[in-house]
Amino acid sequence: MNKPGIGVRISKTFIYVMCMILAILSILPFLIMFVNATRSTPQIQQNSLSFIPGRHTERNYRHMMGHVPIYARDANNAILLDSNNEQIIDSWEIRSGGRLFNPFLGFRNSMIVSLGVVVLAIYFSTLTAYANVAFEWKFKGLLFAFIMFVLMIPTQLNIIGFFQLVHRVNLSNSFIPLILPAIASPGIVFFMRQYMLASLSIELVEAARIDGAKEFYTFNRIILPLMKPALATQAIFVFVGSWNSLFLPMILLRGDRQTMPVMIQHLQGDIYQTVLGAQYMGLALTILPLFIVYFMLSKYIIAGVALGGMKE
Amino acid sequence: MKEKKLTKRVSYAKYGYIFSAPFVIAFLVFQLYPLIFTTSIGFTNMQGMIMLGAGLGDATFTWNNDQSVFYWFSDVFNSDLFRRAFQNTILIWFLNFIPQMVLALALAALFTNSMLKLKFVGFFKIMFYMPNIITAGSIAMLFSTLFGHPIGPVNDFLQMTGLREGPTNILNNVFWANPLGFSLSLYNSQVIIAFIQFWMWYGVTMIILIAGIMGISPTLFEAAAIDGASHIKTFIHVTLPSLRTILLFTLVTSFVGGMQMFDIPRLFQDGEPRNATLTTSLFIFQQGFSTAHRFNRAAAASMLMFIFICIISITLFYVMRDKDAAKDKRERRARRRAKRELEAARRAIQ
Repeated sequence: MNKPGIGVRISKTFIYVMCMILAILSILPFLIMFVNATRSTPQIQQNSLSFIPGRHTERNYRHMMGHVPIYARDANNAILLDSNNEQIIDSWEIRSGGRLFNPFLGFRNSMIVSLGVVVLAIYFSTLTAYANVAFEWKFKGLLFAFIMFVLMIPTQLNIIGFFQLVHRVNLSNSFIPLILPAIASPGIVFFMRQYMLASLSIELVEAARIDGAKEFYTFNRIILPLMKPALATQAIFVFVGSWNSLFLPMILLRGDRQTMPVMIQHLQGDIYQTVLGAQYMGLALTILPLFIVYFMLSKYIIAGVALGGMKE
Repeated sequence: MKEKKLTKRVSYAKYGYIFSAPFVIAFLVFQLYPLIFTTSIGFTNMQGMIMLGAGLGDATFTWNNDQSVFYWFSDVFNSDLFRRAFQNTILIWFLNFIPQMVLALALAALFTNSMLKLKFVGFFKIMFYMPNIITAGSIAMLFSTLFGHPIGPVNDFLQMTGLREGPTNILNNVFWANPLGFSLSLYNSQVIIAFIQFWMWYGVTMIILIAGIMGISPTLFEAAAIDGASHIKTFIHVTLPSLRTILLFTLVTSFVGGMQMFDIPRLFQDGEPRNATLTTSLFIFQQGFSTAHRFNRAAAASMLMFIFICIISITLFYVMRDKDAAKDKRERRARRRAKRELEAARRAIQ
């Protein structure tokens, strides 16, 4: 084949440069955030755009957790400064009054909700899809058409009725109304059904029946392990989707039950407006877990997106 | 044979019902009941006090007897605030979707181009997709901090490069006053929200489009190459038509998602400045769940949005599908005509 000409090489260079700019654009806001999380509030006030990490990570973290510094003072009650003109901290005092942002509590709550949602959504959606693929019954076609219809209903449409229902059964400020509805996840049923139709052989089920296996046993011990790749892909997206959801948790959860995205709004509060270092630290802590998970699983996530299964 | 099969099937049919039961029950309780409740509450005088008061369990419907059945629907529909929210939602979606689609298509075409053979495609995919996985709320907060006034990295950058003398309140300022003679101005905040959406979603769209292009039969591209078609012509006449289903899917999902946009406007500016970033979902939230608890207004607004989303989605599906069917029909007719002519020719020879 002919060698790429000079024109192709120039356009290739141009494309690489553009792609690098886009890649930098993807990371830049987070980079600024992580750097500022390590810088002191006075440093940020002086210049909030910096790429040189500071040495105030611990101080910002304590500020964020509601600890107030007690500065070291000399005999004349003047605050002592170190060689970098920073106040020397003598001790920390805990003043949590009015502070609602606690990333660890948010992390724990989000973890409980998201894990619950993943388990229920994946198990019952696969079960529903299996019912549709493995058995012949009267309303099977109708139910599937119905599931496709449910897929189109936006969640925010029934929010008011849902809120009323939750109040009526006294489950407001509980994780249950966030977890249980995951049993009916039409999108995952659809995905699992497509996967089963493409890759599951019914002969296997029949062979299990001949061996005397009960239907539930067949599903739990034979079908589910076979579905592992599909389950894993869907589990990642369901987990992230649940982790990031804001609308419903914001309406239902109060106080120490708040999930991470609900917690985030408290960073806008007055307490954090004045301590910018702590604000950046709080934001960084909400984003860091997702960063780690993403760069560990990015291969699977990209492959999952390419399958087209996941786009809001 | 028929009888034998029938007995066998009947014995397993019950498992179909048993295995589907959890889904159906969860749907009835958590989705259908709330849906019916929401739908009907829009026709009532029920407001927060009745619903959240002591007798929540006995919440009684008070139908709009003294006024039109659709009172709350027309009330919402005619309210300036809802109209503003509706305009904002559409505007922000357009501002994000068009550049998102253009960039995603361009990148997908370049990354799959057989002549360029670009490297590091996997790396770029990972980088471009990354913002999508991060909590939208965190991103909104982060951007509102980045554009902060008077202290914020963007403000500092503008001053450092000499583009601005002193700190400017970027988030409150107008981006384009009365564009193209419209009475409403375009605000910086609206543009920034559209940018965040664009920035979070172009990677996803690109990955889906790349998968779509990889799925096109290579013979089509070979045929185009043999015909001497340029890359741009191949893209317009081969790639784009083959991607129609995927483009439709992307368009509809983006539209439905965009019409329900909540997290970013809520945590970015919460509707400010001057309701420029108030979206319909934020309107519904504010009506129902902030101070007033006007559930009937919120319910009416969500019904209106649902109807609007349905109409547009169905129209989009119809327009795109109709063209396909029409094309098929035309082709079939042409084939039939060719066959008829061939037969006529044959008969003439005989």
